[in-house]
Amino acid sequence: MDRVPVLKIGDILLVSIQIDMEDQVALQLQEDLADRIVATGCHGVIIDISALDIVDSFVGRTLATIAAVSRVLDAETVVVGMRPAVAITLVELGLQLPGIRTALNVELGMDLLARERGDDDGDDGDDVEGTDTPAVSTP
Amino acid sequence: MNERIEVTSDRDVVRVRQLVRTLAVAVKLSLVDQTKLVTAASELARNTLVYGGGGSVEVSPAENGRRKGIRIVFADNGPGIADLDLAFTDGYTTGGGLGLGLSGARRLVDEFDIVTAVGEGTTITVTKWCR
Ligand SMILES: Nc1ncnc2c1ncn2[C@@H]1O[C@H](COP(=O)(O)OP(=O)(O)O)[C@@H](O)[C@H]1O
Ligand SMILES: [Mg+2]
Repeated sequence: MDRVPVLKIGDILLVSIQIDMEDQVALQLQEDLADRIVATGCHGVIIDISALDIVDSFVGRTLATIAAVSRVLDAETVVVGMRPAVAITLVELGLQLPGIRTALNVELGMDLLARERGDDDGDDGDDVEGTDTPAVSTP
Repeated sequence: MNERIEVTSDRDVVRVRQLVRTLAVAVKLSLVDQTKLVTAASELARNTLVYGGGGSVEVSPAENGRRKGIRIVFADNGPGIADLDLAFTDGYTTGGGLGLGLSGARRLVDEFDIVTAVGEGTTITVTKWCR
């Protein structure tokens, strides 16, 4: 069975889904991510789905579960890179992805996480502190 | 060029998605329509596997005058669906899913036909036409 790699970049776990996942592979990713969040203490997860040409209700539910589990483990999840045709189809399918934050690409996802984390730390809303994102460019 | 896939595992659902994509590209469905059809096929093939206990998926080009399209038939000999209205209700699931497969798939295609009998099985035929 294929396995989707989870990369640690600074305080963030980055997952770039590059394959058409069998359902079991998606469930394995869900478990792997929970383990890695606990093992690393990372506070942010970015899931890049720019290579996915569809998101059906199973993958959608997996993404929603990952986001919910991450939150319980004190990590925020951002799904990035959804293709326009996938977004249109998701809406018509009726999938709302509750509780999932989205951004257009990895870089904007990192900005979003940094901002949120900055606010969470209770600083005075000064975003500058949170913008020291690691140098990673969109694939 | 009818193509048939026996669906008995997760892997076969992936094969269905890939086959439908290939044929949808061949008849020149638009990108959005390809995406809708492949998504619908993924939902219905998973239902064939999970609820129908496995079955078959047959994909073929369709023609209606000058219009071209793709027709897909999902067939299983599983338990059938007793209450279709309920099964097509958004959010209704007996398997812990999101309950969007049947209702969502119907929205994503141009034609949707279902024949089901309790204890005998379910056959769903969908068609997507080029615009
Ligand atoms: N091929 C099938 N055979 C028997 N029952 C089915 C079949 N397809 C769907 N169903 C029933 O219809 C319900 C709704 O299906 P669906 O909308 O795909 O939602 P989900 O897959 O999330 O349960 C299923 O939970 C199941 O009870
Ligand atoms: Mg389903």
